[in-house]
Amino acid sequence: MEQRIDIITIEALSHHFGDKTVLDDINLSIGKGEFVTILGPSGCGKTTLMRLIGGFLNAKEGRIIIAGQDMTKVPPHLRPVNTVFQRYALFPHLNVFENIAFGLKLKKLPREEISKRVKQVLKIVSMTDYEERDVDTLSGGQQQRVAIARAIVNEPEVLLLDEPLAALDLKMRKDMQMEIKAMHKKLGISFLYVTHDQEEAMTLSDRIIVMREGIIQQVGSPVEIYNEPANAFVADFIGESNILNGIMIEDKLVEFAGHKFECVDKGFASNEPVEVVVRPEDIYIFEVSNKAQFTGLVISSIFKGVHYEMLVTTPEGFEFLIQDYHCFNAGRTVGMLVKPSDIQVMKKERLSNVFEGQVIDDQHVKFLDNVFSCNDAGNFESGTEVRVRVDFGDVILYDNEKEGMLSGVVSFILYKGNHYHLTVSSGENENIFADTNDIWDDGDRVGISFDSSAIKLESL
Amino acid sequence: MLKKVVSFSGRRRNWVIPYVLFLAFFVIAPMVLIIYYAFTNPEGAFTFANIKKFWVHPEVLNTFLYSVVVALITTFLCILIGYPAAYILSKMESRKAKLIVILFILPMWINFLIRTLATVALFDFFRIPLGQGALIFGMVYNFLPFMIYPIYNTLQKTDQNLIEAAQDLGANPRQVFLRTEFPLSVPGITSGILMVFMPVISTFAIAELLTLNNIKLFGTTLQENIYNGTWNYGAALSLIVLLLIGATTLINREGNSKAAEEGNLI
Repeated sequence: MEQRIDIITIEALSHHFGDKTVLDDINLSIGKGEFVTILGPSGCGKTTLMRLIGGFLNAKEGRIIIAGQDMTKVPPHLRPVNTVFQRYALFPHLNVFENIAFGLKLKKLPREEISKRVKQVLKIVSMTDYEERDVDTLSGGQQQRVAIARAIVNEPEVLLLDEPLAALDLKMRKDMQMEIKAMHKKLGISFLYVTHDQEEAMTLSDRIIVMREGIIQQVGSPVEIYNEPANAFVADFIGESNILNGIMIEDKLVEFAGHKFECVDKGFASNEPVEVVVRPEDIYIFEVSNKAQFTGLVISSIFKGVHYEMLVTTPEGFEFLIQDYHCFNAGRTVGMLVKPSDIQVMKKERLSNVFEGQVIDDQHVKFLDNVFSCNDAGNFESGTEVRVRVDFGDVILYDNEKEGMLSGVVSFILYKGNHYHLTVSSGENENIFADTNDIWDDGDRVGISFDSSAIKLESL
Repeated sequence: MLKKVVSFSGRRRNWVIPYVLFLAFFVIAPMVLIIYYAFTNPEGAFTFANIKKFWVHPEVLNTFLYSVVVALITTFLCILIGYPAAYILSKMESRKAKLIVILFILPMWINFLIRTLATVALFDFFRIPLGQGALIFGMVYNFLPFMIYPIYNTLQKTDQNLIEAAQDLGANPRQVFLRTEFPLSVPGITSGILMVFMPVISTFAIAELLTLNNIKLFGTTLQENIYNGTWNYGAALSLIVLLLIGATTLINREGNSKAAEEGNLI
């Protein structure tokens, strides 16, 4: 096997904007010649991470090592990386040739050498004969190519690409993806690519780093990330999936949606609550027969080009998304089956909301910077530090922010087959998790409160 | 009758009438008059004598050239002082910068004659003789904000991504400035020049007050001619200044028409 040489190593990197933690203890390494994608929704810290590597932000906690040298405090112009910016950032006062030659001229290379190398990269990005063109006269895709050419002409150790295709239309984006992949192969340098488009990440990468709220959720090859998502977030973000709450009865036997299924996972405690992921294409759908593990009623069936996408509800009240080449029309009763190896069982990240709090008097407890009335408080001395527990189902959400004790923003919605599991960010770094049947949208501002009987206290 | 008025004022194209009248009376008519007077003698006969007189009359020609030199020096000093000021302001936190920009512009709220008289008083107080030095000082003092503001505006709008792109390509802070920030701010400088150079040539009050009428600028010559009733000659001189302004604007437009738009004055 080939010896893997790390070209970028990041150790314990954290970053804050004011009180807000944008990156939390990031550790990762990128090998020579590797194509690594940082994937995550907007606000997950991926661009911040990129800017720290490029040197446009000062890293205060942690280390960034590029090509064996500690670059944590080195200004951007001395780092052996080049960036392709999201909105290209081509110099409007220079033409295509001068834009690409910018870095080479700074290195004081001889004129013929510059001219030769610019012509070379223009050929790589299929823009020969565009040297004299004004950058304003180029289309989005052409500007993109020039931006890439301007970066790779400097022969960096690593090419950083910050959502380079975000501004292009779908067809153009697909073409450019293929070209970028081909370019990567040809150049043999490492590419670090940032995107929020999971499909793009899948297409391009050797390795994907999935990020959320400043924390790396999972690192792995596209296949690993798709087939074995580390948690519900990754499963939901990458491709489509049915994510349900389940209980691990024993090794290789899991119960969800009211049925017991054989699976291949083991090592959980018996009856441990878990999350189960089943990809829509992994559920077999057929006429009701004795082979069926469970049955359901088709609610909708949509032709998606290659396959049909069907929504099926079971008598137990769970919804499943199923993709199959065969069409079962809405209104039909069908049988379904999932193979043991297609069931992905994941440890639950948390079973209820847990906060640090302090008992105020026999009626009240303080947590999340608010005083709540609490039936449990009488069991503790005033002033005691306690652990506060609120079940997901006991969180009350209001349309009107002002009706709640706290206000928050819905930051993540996960459909669990028969209910929604919401992540609501409140304050700078607090998350409150709620189970609800109501439909909310990402970004909704909500009021939050808890019933006095729902707040459970435990001594530390 | 009322119906007619309503339907007349209701038609959108009629709304333009007041503006057309304004332009006709206050812009086009005066221009036509200037041109008419410039090419006629007091009796109203067509002649090139007024224009010729400018070229053969050394005193007026000298005043003109002297004014151009004063305007060049003023513009140069304004750029020299104004550019760094604008640059520093553009790098400051925008709320602070805006406050300071307002402080720069604040003296403009006072009538410039009063300001110039105050400058004279200041020179008297410090016993600095009035004259050429005072004239340049007064010009720079009066016109500096017109240089700072457009430059500040362009610099402040510079796409931060471009600066980062330059850094990324290996430019140190000095190179970032010389190869991106400065060239990108040229439209602002051009705007500033337009707003300083031409007004300086045609100003007369500053020159009169700060040099005790010892130094004559072209503006003064213009004013004297009009004042003394030699309208035809005065009109010819005005026309020359007008053509000069037109020429500089055109050169600027042709040089970088798009850039000038970006460096908009206010």
